[in-house]
Amino acid sequence: MNEPKQALLSADLKVINIGLELFADSLAAQAVDVVRVDWKPPLELEPELERILDDLL
Amino acid sequence: MAKDIAKDMTSRTTIRPHEYHDSVRLMQVSEQLRKLDAVDEAILMMATDNNKKLLAAAGFAGKEIADAARDDLVIGIVAGNETIADAALAKALELLRSQARRLQAGEHRSLETAMAALQGANLALISVPGEYAAEETQKALENGLHVMLFSDNVPIGEEARLKQLADTRGLLLMGPDCGTAIINGCGLGFANAVGRGAVGIVGASGTGIQEISVQLHRRGIGVSHAIGTGGRDLKSAIGGRSMLRGIDMLAADAATEVLVLTSKPPDEDVAERVLDKAAGCGKPVVVSFLGAGVEPGASAGLVAADTLSGAALEAAKLLRREQDDDAGPSRSDDELRRLAEREARLLSPTQSCLRGLYTGGTLCHEAMLVLRDYVGPVYSNVALEPDYRLPDPSQRRANTLIDMGDDRFTQGRAHPMIDPEQRNRRLENEADDPGVAVVLLDLVLGYGSHEDPAATLAESVRAAKARAADAGRHLAVIASVCGTERDPQDLARQENLLTDTGVLLAASNAEAGRLAGLVVATAAGRQTRRS
Repeated sequence: MNEPKQALLSADLKVINIGLELFADSLAAQAVDVVRVDWKPPLELEPELERILDDLL
Repeated sequence: MAKDIAKDMTSRTTIRPHEYHDSVRLMQVSEQLRKLDAVDEAILMMATDNNKKLLAAAGFAGKEIADAARDDLVIGIVAGNETIADAALAKALELLRSQARRLQAGEHRSLETAMAALQGANLALISVPGEYAAEETQKALENGLHVMLFSDNVPIGEEARLKQLADTRGLLLMGPDCGTAIINGCGLGFANAVGRGAVGIVGASGTGIQEISVQLHRRGIGVSHAIGTGGRDLKSAIGGRSMLRGIDMLAADAATEVLVLTSKPPDEDVAERVLDKAAGCGKPVVVSFLGAGVEPGASAGLVAADTLSGAALEAAKLLRREQDDDAGPSRSDDELRRLAEREARLLSPTQSCLRGLYTGGTLCHEAMLVLRDYVGPVYSNVALEPDYRLPDPSQRRANTLIDMGDDRFTQGRAHPMIDPEQRNRRLENEADDPGVAVVLLDLVLGYGSHEDPAATLAESVRAAKARAADAGRHLAVIASVCGTERDPQDLARQENLLTDTGVLLAASNAEAGRLAGLVVATAAGRQTRRS
């Protein structure tokens, strides 16, 4: 195990929010630096299309 | 079972292909639509397999929904007529669009661009649906970020793999299923606004951390950091990796003078490793493994606490701010007994049992432990004894406590701390049971929770008490509020809303459990004397 990093506890918190907007809003309300990733689930490929892509790549 | 749509109503289903919104946002839009006149039902959900079942149960089914992909949005509306249904649909789209516009300015398409925009980013807060959570977490760790992983439904093998990855990179992974953390005074996920101070917490339970931090705050003691580990961290398969790392971090942290560890009972081998680490960390440590005693021999220098508020008291004593007998904000045994006597006198002879409806899983667990001393084992979907486990959480038997945050209630919808509707509905139904003497509740405030939870809860308490009164009964309702005056919801207002409806407020969740147990035991004693 590496030495535990102290950076998290001794530095200002800077957060990347991936998911519920509610949590990013709460951090912003506490004046925490936060940026949001516009997360969306990956597109569902039809199995056939997936097979064709696999063949091509 | 599918609900029948009344003949004079119009049901409307709309599919929005490849339109993703998070479950909390969709719940909030549903809530707003249901408030519209003549809108009977409004459901907005992503078309996952599980949500399709929920949609069918609400009366929305058909080929269109069956064919929808899980990244398609389904909007289902039942309204008085076609015009109202159209208007409600238009309103739903407008609410979703305005939210999207608000967010567009500050959003990034990928982790990489987000990191470029935030120099010195040090933590990723991840709350995507469980099936995608491991991939996002791995990416964040590989980019050198500590991670708080709120999502649940991550397989335990993935958890073990990710925690190993975090360890090799010297990073902290809190979670999966980590509801609460406080880092440098900032609340992450569900967290209360508490003062900063000298107590550092490492907890495998979100509401456990919340209750301890709130009880410390009420004693005038602040929190340096609260590190969540996720509920399975202390299983053998994970080995307590996050808790061990958390102890190391707090041991080295200059602001932390006393540590508090909390969890449900850990697996034995992990408990031993954690207690060894704690005993050797160089700072005093309070251990509250709810329901598991701490062997005095194996844990020299550690202080055990049976309850979450008890852990706060022990930490206060270690900081030498309080004497052994200082009850802090709690009521004395005599006061509790007098209060219980008074309530029990109002009950009728049929009323002999209690029902607890909890939004906080660990608060439910703690209440069952406390109640065991007064009423014996309690039935529950998360029972302490296997024989008392209710396989179907909609069941109830004699004394029953239900964790409304159980997966069965939250699949496809927001947690009851955000969306109180399911609990409120159940509370009103409990009042119709002539055997029920006491309803026991928690109310969790803080960042992440519903913006005004006591308002809707008070409405249901009032309705429940009225239904009992119509049948000639008094219904005792006992609650504790896990919150501080700094929380966004305004603690005093939340408490007043509840006491105005006749709710008895306890100073802690453990005290609420004691009071409820005393009322039921006193009522049973009176019945025995009568017969």
